Amino acid sequence: MAKKEVDAISGVETTGHEWDGLKELNTPLPRWWLWTFYICVAWSIVYWVLMPAWPLVSDYTRGTRGHSQRAVVTEEVAVLQAARAEKGAALVDADLETIKSSPDLLQFAMANGRAAFGDNCAPCHGTGATGFTGYPNLNDDEWLWGGTLDDISQTIHYGIRSGHDEARTGDMLAFGRDELLDRDQVRDVASYVVSLTGGSPAEGADVANGKVVFEDNCAACHGEDAKGMQELGAPNLTDNIWLYGGSLETVMQTVQNGRGGIMPAWAGRLDEATIKSLAVYVHSLGGGQ
Amino acid sequence: MASTAKRSLTLEEGGFAVFTGLIALYCLMAAAKTTDAVMAFHAWVGLALSLIGIFAIFKGYTKRKENPPQTIDGLPNYQLGPIKFASFMAMFWGIAGFTVGLVIALQLAYPALNFNLPWTNFGRLRPLHTSAVIFAFGGNVLLATSFYIVQRTCQTRIAGNTAPWFVVAGYNAFILIAGTGYLLGVTQGKEYAEPEWYADLWLTIVWVVYLLVFLATLWKRKEPHIYVANWFFLAFIVTIAMLHLVNNATVPVSIFGTKSYIVWSGVQDAMTQWWYGHNAVGFFLTAGFLAIMYYFIPKRADRPVYSYRLSIVHFWSLIFLYIWAGPHHLHYTALPQWSQTLGMTFSVMLWMPSWGGMINGLMTLSGAWDKLRTDPVLRMMVVSVAFYGMSTFEGPLMSVRAVNSLSHYTDWTIGHVHSGALGWVAFVSFGALYCLVPWIWNRKGVYSLKLVNWHFWVATIGIVLYISAMWVSGIMQGLMWRAYNALGFLEYSFIETVEAMHPFYVIRALGGALFVVGALIMAYNLWMTVQHGEVETASAKPALAPAE
Repeated sequence: MAKKEVDAISGVETTGHEWDGLKELNTPLPRWWLWTFYICVAWSIVYWVLMPAWPLVSDYTRGTRGHSQRAVVTEEVAVLQAARAEKGAALVDADLETIKSSPDLLQFAMANGRAAFGDNCAPCHGTGATGFTGYPNLNDDEWLWGGTLDDISQTIHYGIRSGHDEARTGDMLAFGRDELLDRDQVRDVASYVVSLTGGSPAEGADVANGKVVFEDNCAACHGEDAKGMQELGAPNLTDNIWLYGGSLETVMQTVQNGRGGIMPAWAGRLDEATIKSLAVYVHSLGGGQ
Repeated sequence: MASTAKRSLTLEEGGFAVFTGLIALYCLMAAAKTTDAVMAFHAWVGLALSLIGIFAIFKGYTKRKENPPQTIDGLPNYQLGPIKFASFMAMFWGIAGFTVGLVIALQLAYPALNFNLPWTNFGRLRPLHTSAVIFAFGGNVLLATSFYIVQRTCQTRIAGNTAPWFVVAGYNAFILIAGTGYLLGVTQGKEYAEPEWYADLWLTIVWVVYLLVFLATLWKRKEPHIYVANWFFLAFIVTIAMLHLVNNATVPVSIFGTKSYIVWSGVQDAMTQWWYGHNAVGFFLTAGFLAIMYYFIPKRADRPVYSYRLSIVHFWSLIFLYIWAGPHHLHYTALPQWSQTLGMTFSVMLWMPSWGGMINGLMTLSGAWDKLRTDPVLRMMVVSVAFYGMSTFEGPLMSVRAVNSLSHYTDWTIGHVHSGALGWVAFVSFGALYCLVPWIWNRKGVYSLKLVNWHFWVATIGIVLYISAMWVSGIMQGLMWRAYNALGFLEYSFIETVEAMHPFYVIRALGGALFVVGALIMAYNLWMTVQHGEVETASAKPALAPAE
């Protein structure tokens, strides 16, 4: 039944079938197509001979080149570690002040610290270490827990309220929620605190009473002069640098509910050379003491 | 008139009514017994849809004067209702899916747009986007075109009367359950296979009916041979069934709860997932849409298919080689290296079989190239084949381990996927719908070719912006990740690479917005075609019987 006809435009015969008006030409396979296909198949066969390729019962064909992606990774990591090892070891041995004064070690520590900061610290403190609400800015000279090389190193090693035995701990109590202060006292003391940096007190607040409340409850940590105490992580309340915000509303929230941000302990997660490098790097950001 | 004798409730209708009744009963039980809020919601939706289904079956029975005949005046009495329904749903889900894609593109550029709500979070909207465009839009296009093509090229009415309706309605019910599930946080966490066990089971039933309808229609064909488009459709239906069953092998915690646990674990699960994922691309987005290409391009160009032999060779080599290529998604992972080798080499061997389809699509135009100037619909389909050729070259290239070590996990992958998805799948679908809608609604042509032209250019510019932005940002991202400084430390932190990509994310979103605008133009154009298009006179298209 198939009536083959020649297509007038291409001069090629059709297969003689027709579906819903559709016909097909009997054009041979394009040579370039066929040869490219063969070359791809041949290339694959060569690849199978050279590289791990086909599964066997309890093994696989390992290929004549003996290539193994795991061996390659192990080797690459070893090469990198060897390249870093010499200066890394010097870094571990040196104390922080020595690193700071030796240009060679300093350059290495800064490179290491910068890379480690980007991948470990930047998610909270920001790429430029400028911080976010609740995560301190590391570029300024306001330090909650101290800004010397040793202080910074201590903080990085053990973290803040991290659960580590050596962690830095200090509590800003929830004075309002735990009913240590009543609502009026919270309002008054918050008004007093914002007044230290020129803020307006709450409507109807008794700032003088706030000062009394402050001396009775807050001064133990923040000091009579409200300039803070680094041993306890109590911030200076007079410098207009705020971790959670210095508006009356935010300060009232802070007094009401307390605060207690957490920084993880990095000892054990990062090696000693990297932690030292981070301490040097953070110290160099602008506010190191 | 003895018309009552001609009308009877068929066994098919009765069977589907009883089955749907059982589903309704299960839904009622699940709604009563479950402690899972989403399950309860889905059970009520399922109950409502089942009751609508039963109502529709009996309404169809009472409305008709006689059972639909196989032929009218010696010509096949094609069933067009399910095709119309699927075409409409394709357009609806297409716009929904493209819009959600635009939203998540904007979320990546401006994270505030997550709005900090669980339902609008990127993590839930992303699977909604992928499922809506692949399975809801693409799936409905495939249902509509396969039911149309198989009837036309077999010169016979589709097998069954209720069954084709069950397939299109049941499939869209699956989409509804799956999509609302994502938004409400129900997922089994497998990419492109996120729906939970009950949606999967329902899809299995629908898919088996689809396969049976398709096979039975081929069986009763009036043509001696099976047209090439139908080989591709059959490969698509059979393979998707197999992939779906194996990849979704889960054990539900309770038959009244949404949660289930997958039976595969560890690297076997990863391998099964990407065997599924890659072949969803191969058999859903490639084989299925090649079938569309094989019918609509020769039809629209009014030229014979370039090479029958090439169609045979590239069909068999494509389906044989594709199924092996999945491991290339898992290069440099815990997957054994030999398996990666096979995935890579089979992907490279797949290059020419994929291009066989491109050659057959483009060369069919020989002798009709001039039509590209005047017919934007044909131009759209030809450009889709060009994008197909480009992404099926890019795919094997990216599967090569050395290239993959740069491209993997970067936006280059996203760019590659979208050159295939927007350029190939969506464009060939648009072209097919521009042809199909006038044909099945009996119109002389599409309402406005000028608007098709606008759609073509707006969407093409959108695609170019999208994929070039993703190439640049992807390659930049890959290079930044692997850059070391002189002292052996990483040059860039991860967050710096994210910052560097921001401008490209904005350009990508702009490209996506243009693509959405194009689709809106299309929806308006098709709506006007159906509502106000000039009716085709009966004599010109004698084989088109009215839909029932």
